Amino acid sequence: MKAVYFAWVRERIGKTEEEITLPQNIRTAGEVIDWLITRGEEYAYAFENPKVIRIALDRAHVKHDAPIKDAREIAFFPPMTGG
Amino acid sequence: MLRTIRVQHEDFDAALESAKLTKGRTDIGAVVTFAGLCRDEGGKLAALELEHYPGMAEEEMSRVVDQAIERWPLQGVTVIHRFGKIEPGAQIVLVVTASSHRVAAFEAATFLMDYLKTRAPFWKKEHHKDGTAGEWVEAKDVDDAAAARW
Repeated sequence: MKAVYFAWVRERIGKTEEEITLPQNIRTAGEVIDWLITRGEEYAYAFENPKVIRIALDRAHVKHDAPIKDAREIAFFPPMTGG
Repeated sequence: MLRTIRVQHEDFDAALESAKLTKGRTDIGAVVTFAGLCRDEGGKLAALELEHYPGMAEEEMSRVVDQAIERWPLQGVTVIHRFGKIEPGAQIVLVVTASSHRVAAFEAATFLMDYLKTRAPFWKKEHHKDGTAGEWVEAKDVDDAAAARW
């Protein structure tokens, strides 16, 4: 699936997006964060406080316990500050 | 029901957008136009850089507009949000609501702004006048509380 990052999550990881292949045991959006953290210190830094991270699956907000199912795009970002 | 949602870098004309909702109609008794502007934060801010999630920004704004239309009797809604570098004094966001009566127009406009602030995928980064790297603007609890009251 495609992973996309925004704002300081993007800056800390150093990428705007990437293709990721998840291990089969990853079922929820939050578990993707746990797995990303194991991939390197830039991910550990971006997700050092996972609770504050917002997640979208196929461009819709979801909670961390939402199942990924067959989503094609997962996005990680800080709380929104538009308006 | 006129419904306009736009995400763009270019500035917008609030009076023109408002006029588009009312042109040729005689059933609208109230139009509320809200424009959000970039502050200079006491003179230290050179600009705000607005990052957004293309695609999701439009979709989420559309979902928020759908909720407003369900809750209030509106004849027209326009929501425009800008992205990119925006300097102090410039406009960032526009909400226009048109209804037969003022309460619906006022409430829907407030609801739209409260929800856009907490749900639309936009992030502001500060650029300081002294050239130092600015911080990402932090989300405020008061904005969450404002959205929660609806």
